[in-house]
Amino acid sequence: MDIPRHWRLKKQRYALVGEVCGHCDTKVFPPRDICPACGEEAKTLYQFSGRGEVYSYTTVYEAPAGFEEGAPYTIAMVRLAEGPLVTAQLTDLEEKRVEIGMPVEMVTRKLRNATDERGMLVYGYKFRPVVAVP
Amino acid sequence: MNEVVIAGVGQTAVGEHWDVSLRELAFAAMEAARADAGGLKPQALYVGNMLGAALSRQSHLATLLVDFAGLQGVEALTIEAAGASGGAALRQGYLAVASGAVDVALVLGVEKMSDQTVSSVEAAAATGTDADYEAEHGLTLTAQAALLMRRYLHEFSPPPFALAGFPVTAHANGAGNKYAMFQKAIKPETYQKAGYVSEPLNMFDVAPSADGAAGVVLANPAILPEDFGHRRVRVAGSSLVTDTLALHDRPDPLAFHAARLSIERACAQAGLSPADVDLFELFDAYSIYAALSLEAAGLAERGQGWQWAQNGALTLTGKMPIATLGGLKARGNPGGATGVYQAVEATLQLRGQAGGNQVEGARTALIQCLGGPASTAATHVLAAGSDPA
Repeated sequence: MDIPRHWRLKKQRYALVGEVCGHCDTKVFPPRDICPACGEEAKTLYQFSGRGEVYSYTTVYEAPAGFEEGAPYTIAMVRLAEGPLVTAQLTDLEEKRVEIGMPVEMVTRKLRNATDERGMLVYGYKFRPVVAVP
Repeated sequence: MNEVVIAGVGQTAVGEHWDVSLRELAFAAMEAARADAGGLKPQALYVGNMLGAALSRQSHLATLLVDFAGLQGVEALTIEAAGASGGAALRQGYLAVASGAVDVALVLGVEKMSDQTVSSVEAAAATGTDADYEAEHGLTLTAQAALLMRRYLHEFSPPPFALAGFPVTAHANGAGNKYAMFQKAIKPETYQKAGYVSEPLNMFDVAPSADGAAGVVLANPAILPEDFGHRRVRVAGSSLVTDTLALHDRPDPLAFHAARLSIERACAQAGLSPADVDLFELFDAYSIYAALSLEAAGLAERGQGWQWAQNGALTLTGKMPIATLGGLKARGNPGGATGVYQAVEATLQLRGQAGGNQVEGARTALIQCLGGPASTAATHVLAAGSDPA
């Protein structure tokens, strides 16, 4: 299903590639070509660090069709270090209690059920608690 | 612009209509509205519908409905703006009559949810979010409301169960509405004991999705017969405003900016302020949306909308009655039909036909429906005019 649609989004899904505004330096994700801050054209690609913190979160128990295998799952809005908010699932939580303000980092995971009607796997970004560097 | 009055209203009960199809449900409301309007023939039909293509495999819906109703030849089209579809259709009908393009327009809201499983309905409704950057990550409309409520509690620290008054008020009013899905009052303790749907949203913070259809006949008052039987109810203000589609694209997700602007514009057109209206049919699909809508209306400071849910301020005899016939929470949430139900209910209030739920002396009503977290906001002001001679 939707193979070209997912293929077109691979830079965003796998590498958090957005844009930077050449006029006011605002970082933009998801890419939208018009800077939301100053209204000028913003088409220069920009790779985000993948670091951020939890802005809000909740748990989905009754998953929409296509997401049942992951349920229940935690979904969040993450404030990226460079400014934008993104919507994504939290993963690798184990017993960790999620809190607003918790530092998280981007990882690549399966977004949907592994077994859709055409056997396609849709990968993309999720966020996990920041792994402490020894 | 011509004056526009609501000449007729009709509705079906909201609920799970296993034995009724999408077209039959719509037809029932069309017939009821046309009968109430004394048989005025519409020159145009505007249908508010959100999920017909996804859940009933039926697009091109407005043409099906004029055909099924024996009105072939009439201009007809479907308006889709997620949960704001009904209010958006009302605005199109208003513009058609106000402009003079037609003298009589029928606005119909219809939604058929019960043919599909809950997970299919959730997935279909989620297509009204940003499909690539929200829905594809497993976001649902309910989860979106939960994200907002969690952040609201974090930023403003209201007391525990501060939002309980919204569903308690809605259910108390639903008890007097024979068209409501839930006709039973609930106690605050029932709210406090309810299980979570998506923390911090509990079962009573979420309006139930259901089937339903409602219709209003809009007319230029100049063409109404002298013996027209109803008190005139005028569309005094009309506005539709959009915001970013995705919640995460907003500088401040807790400000329902489009909801605020559309209320300001509709009220300015009507020449009144939100505090002046006699009732407010707001979009209580989630309790937190009721609080944010009151803030958007300027009736509460940012972060203080929950205070309205205390001490009976929102009841039928309170300072600002809301959900007077149950709202989305108790009447039920029939998706794209919601905005038309609100227009029907407000018209009954302004005619003095709301029975035991009558807001005494109601002369003006504010109605607002939202698509997603106020990504679209459609707002109307209705005002009572003269009684029949």
